[in-house]
Amino acid sequence: MTASLTRSTTKQAHHMRSRHAKARIFAKFCGLVTWLGTALLLVLLWQIFSDGLRWLDIDFLRSFPSRFPERAGILSALAGTLWLISLVAIIAIPVGVATAIYIEEFGGKGKLVKIIDINISNLAGVPSIVYGIIGLTLFVRGLQLERSLISGALTMSLLILPVIIIASREAIRTVPDSIRHAAIALGATQWQTVWSHVLPASFPGILTGVILGLSRAIGETAPLIMIGALTYVAFVPEGPMDSFTALPIQIFNWVSRPQEEFHELAAAAIIVLLVVLLSMNSLAIFIRHKMEKKLQ
Amino acid sequence: MSSQSINAETVTTELDNILEMENVSVAYAGNYAVKNVSFNVARNAITSIIGPSGCGKSTLLRCLNRMNDFILDVSIEGKIRFEGQDIYAREVDAVEVRHHMGMVFQKPNPFPKSIFKNVAWGPTVNRYQGSITELVERSLKQASLWDEVKDRLNDSALGLSGGQQQRLCIARALAMEPNVLLMDEPCSALDPISTAHIEDLMFDLKSRYTIVIVTHNMQQASRVSDYTAFMEMGNLIEFDESERLFTRPSNQRTEDYVSGRFG
Repeated sequence: MTASLTRSTTKQAHHMRSRHAKARIFAKFCGLVTWLGTALLLVLLWQIFSDGLRWLDIDFLRSFPSRFPERAGILSALAGTLWLISLVAIIAIPVGVATAIYIEEFGGKGKLVKIIDINISNLAGVPSIVYGIIGLTLFVRGLQLERSLISGALTMSLLILPVIIIASREAIRTVPDSIRHAAIALGATQWQTVWSHVLPASFPGILTGVILGLSRAIGETAPLIMIGALTYVAFVPEGPMDSFTALPIQIFNWVSRPQEEFHELAAAAIIVLLVVLLSMNSLAIFIRHKMEKKLQ
Repeated sequence: MSSQSINAETVTTELDNILEMENVSVAYAGNYAVKNVSFNVARNAITSIIGPSGCGKSTLLRCLNRMNDFILDVSIEGKIRFEGQDIYAREVDAVEVRHHMGMVFQKPNPFPKSIFKNVAWGPTVNRYQGSITELVERSLKQASLWDEVKDRLNDSALGLSGGQQQRLCIARALAMEPNVLLMDEPCSALDPISTAHIEDLMFDLKSRYTIVIVTHNMQQASRVSDYTAFMEMGNLIEFDESERLFTRPSNQRTEDYVSGRFG
């Protein structure tokens, strides 16, 4: 019997047609859902830009908040956010990456590592307000750090540590063991192996995790409200012990006012927040791209 | 078992042995992969370990430079001596052991870095005193790779062919100026031409290094090695000069294996 490429019976042909139809419907459905999400985002962005763009000028960036919309600006909030994110990066990146390295490379398979592992996974699911409460008890009151930038940064670091640790561990795990063996067999210590080979190879993945974490920290409001980041600050913080406000808090504050102008100011502040976020992301993508090129 | 160890001794006592294995047993989580193996490795010779898959030959090889240290639940009994010193003695640092025993793995595993850095990294982390550039050139020449890569030392090692990558891995191991080169089925992922290249290379290296090669390719073992150990199910069945082992084996199981009746 020769193989035929056309279906011989009508029943087979019918069956084949319905299979193809199902595949087409599914592809259409996926496309529709993708566009729906994108469209919603575009509508949101359009609304924000149409509301806020006319308030956005250099004075808006240079002025402190005010009860007169024409004079109000985001200087203190923007400075607070930049301070906060830098401090969070300084605290959370070394601690998170070091934890991931320890668990993956040095910890072995002991009980302690297992307990740490389970705890980190659970921490990733804890609501951010709970971190705010921890921050308030531990840093603001317990360590008497007051309602300062450092309290906020420590709280935010706790919040994003699980994200950084989990992403870094995944990245470290993708480095093949053959690379580790090669280095060990050359008479390298475990630390030399990790530093020269495992970390560079997993750097792009770690960077992705770091950016995801920092992006989350930059947009979080609840823990900051909890630890009492001020809503009206008429000065630029000069050190980690100064009190501060941040962009999300300023936005929250303006949105809750009855006057229409303040809602538009909030939209303008959202645009600034988006710009900060996107430039951070693009920087990360740029570095990652360069690193990946170097590795090939 | 007893007849083989006697056999091994009669062959090698007269020779200068760089490595001595005495009743070596290795168990993973209580299951023995290598059972009571004893034989010696002669200096400046090629010794091959052959046997069917899972006979414990790679496990045994990895004991020689303590690469099994990283496997959990592994227990190693017996004595392995390098230049008369027990390499598993409490005061011996495994990192130091690996300085003397270079290793080439089954699959070429160059670092995702430049060709130069692949060779230079080992000596650099071990604080090599001389000129790294000269060392890299010398090692690549010893691995007969220099002519093919001398114009692109800063290109990524991942752009090389499989055979070139494996020779790079050999050069990388040689750059550490080891005493012994351990090769774990170095040609199993390579085509016949690359394989021939590496076998030629092993002949060249013999005068300066001691080579222990694990292979499941009997032709390769008979072509390249001076001594051959035949293992089966974790036991050393026979150890002898390669010529004798492949032509007039004293054990029936060896004869079955090398004549292709089994395995």
